[in-house]
Amino acid sequence: MAQLLEERVSDQLPALNPYLPHAARLVRVDRMVPDNHLFTLRLLDDYYAAAFRHRPGQFVMLSVPGCGEAPISISSPPTRPGVLELCVRRAGRLTGALYRMGANDVVGIRGPYGNGFPVERIEGWNLLLVAGGLGMAPLRSLLWYALDHREQFKGITLMYGARTPGDMLFRDELKSLVDRRDISCLLTVDRDPTGSWEHHVGLLPGLFDRTQVDPATTFAAVCGPPIVYRFVLERLLALGFTKDRILMSLERRMKCGVGKCGHCSVGYKYTCIHGPIFTYWDAMNLPEMI
Amino acid sequence: MKILKLPKQQLDYFASVLQQFGEVHAPVKRQGKYVFARLDRWSDAVLEYNRTILPPKKYLLPPRETMFCYRRGTGYAPASENLDRKIVLFGVHSCDIYGINILDEVFAGKYPDPYYRTRRDNLTIIGIDCTPDEHCFCRSMRADFVDHGFDLFLYDIGDYYLTFVGTARGDDMVLASKTLFEPVTREDIDEYKRRSEAKRRAFQLDVEIRDLPEIFEMEYHADIWEELGKRCLSCGSCSMVCPTCYCYDVVDEVELGSRDGRRVRCWDSCLFSSHALVAGGENFRESRASRIKFRFYHKQRGFVAEYGRPSCIGCGRCIEACPVKIDIVEVLKMLRGAEDGATA
Repeated sequence: MAQLLEERVSDQLPALNPYLPHAARLVRVDRMVPDNHLFTLRLLDDYYAAAFRHRPGQFVMLSVPGCGEAPISISSPPTRPGVLELCVRRAGRLTGALYRMGANDVVGIRGPYGNGFPVERIEGWNLLLVAGGLGMAPLRSLLWYALDHREQFKGITLMYGARTPGDMLFRDELKSLVDRRDISCLLTVDRDPTGSWEHHVGLLPGLFDRTQVDPATTFAAVCGPPIVYRFVLERLLALGFTKDRILMSLERRMKCGVGKCGHCSVGYKYTCIHGPIFTYWDAMNLPEMI
Repeated sequence: MKILKLPKQQLDYFASVLQQFGEVHAPVKRQGKYVFARLDRWSDAVLEYNRTILPPKKYLLPPRETMFCYRRGTGYAPASENLDRKIVLFGVHSCDIYGINILDEVFAGKYPDPYYRTRRDNLTIIGIDCTPDEHCFCRSMRADFVDHGFDLFLYDIGDYYLTFVGTARGDDMVLASKTLFEPVTREDIDEYKRRSEAKRRAFQLDVEIRDLPEIFEMEYHADIWEELGKRCLSCGSCSMVCPTCYCYDVVDEVELGSRDGRRVRCWDSCLFSSHALVAGGENFRESRASRIKFRFYHKQRGFVAEYGRPSCIGCGRCIEACPVKIDIVEVLKMLRGAEDGATA
């Protein structure tokens, strides 16, 4: 702590205010799913835009002037810079105001925050992505990162389940992966009221019966509502996955993003700086985690 | 460390010297209690007090502070209200200085907070020793002495204050007082030791914090949390008066009849029901029991994992402030004593 004091004296005026939102222009709003639109943003400050580098799984704090800030995971991969894509669910006041905005409106962005997926650690391994419902939003960044660095990974498998085809995020984009040979893309819906769904019908964990996963050589990244965690984790453990090769992304209330405001703490970790990506081992050892 | 002594009868002269270092604030008496406040005259200062209602954190993290102003078109601009105010806080107890050191770790360490750091740089701290009362357990929390975090620290040794000079700024204050300070003698040191031993014996409360994190892990599902949840009113008083509770909320406030406004942060408490509420209505700590457990857990167990010590400093403020008499020392003793808490 004595050292901190010296830092304080030597660095009187912190150059950058970490809480300052940077202006970002809405470029496009894609109405993917009712109440789940994809907002494409461009940072207006060239210097900040050039310095902005994120890892798959990280998030930003999104400001809507007058409504405050909320943490939103970045759905676009770092391998496709220039714009940021945020998949935002309409859930409250801030997101309600965002949904009333359109192209060329300006919002605030700061970040990126959080640890992100340990991509260097996964390098050379098989990668299994399991998403349920809206859980695809944070996993999409990792999916495209892996496809854009295809040589760094062995097999890539995506299992994604939604209630109906109309609830599936990034539906067209993911359907276009089904025929690719460098990824095994398994899409399922609980039920198909459209009658025109050409992929699997049935619950997400059922996809485990349709493909081979080698737990000894695979990292699994899971994201979804609590029920997905319950059943998918059950399958992964039954297959013999060790608990620190199962990665999951958590959601918490956040006001700062930098380990100060206290809202996102779980047990003794802050979701914003120690997460939002945790191993299952961490998650099961922290109270209130899932 | 540079150690000198200051004659007590020269204290008011020394206080006048301090004015060139900033506004002088010290404990003053208000309706039977003490508060840190700006002094109109030195004689208002009360140097023998048990504890102030609010800890010094109010100078570093104001209860309400504007972070940014935003205007349509120009976006967010940092606000700097009162940031350049230089304050000399006179008469801070060791536990409260320890509390500031903990805040320093959180706010001036990794990802430094510019508002906090500017305020911290502008705050001069003159510590003073004290006699424990019936709610003090700083000794158990290892906060009854501090070796840093102050500019000067005064120990009462009778006709003098033994003065530890902690920083260059503290030394400047000594030098600005010219010949006021005198060298320390053997007798002064002996007197200090005698009083230090008397202070140690004056503690009425004692709680063992060794292996407390392990006990918290084992008692995570104990009945005691449900019982405390039934008593706790979720009023958040304990958080407000706690020297190391730093949770804050951030809200955008729009000016009436305009689309411009300000982003404000204000004190928050993990005991409030909205603390862990996320969009869509999921609340990770919906029950009062889970929230009071979280508060204890974060202070006594979580903080140890992150910073190597509990964030509780044993000042006793939460014991005094709680309207339903939840007593942290009793809770810790119950957890440690097992019979009362481990039936689950």
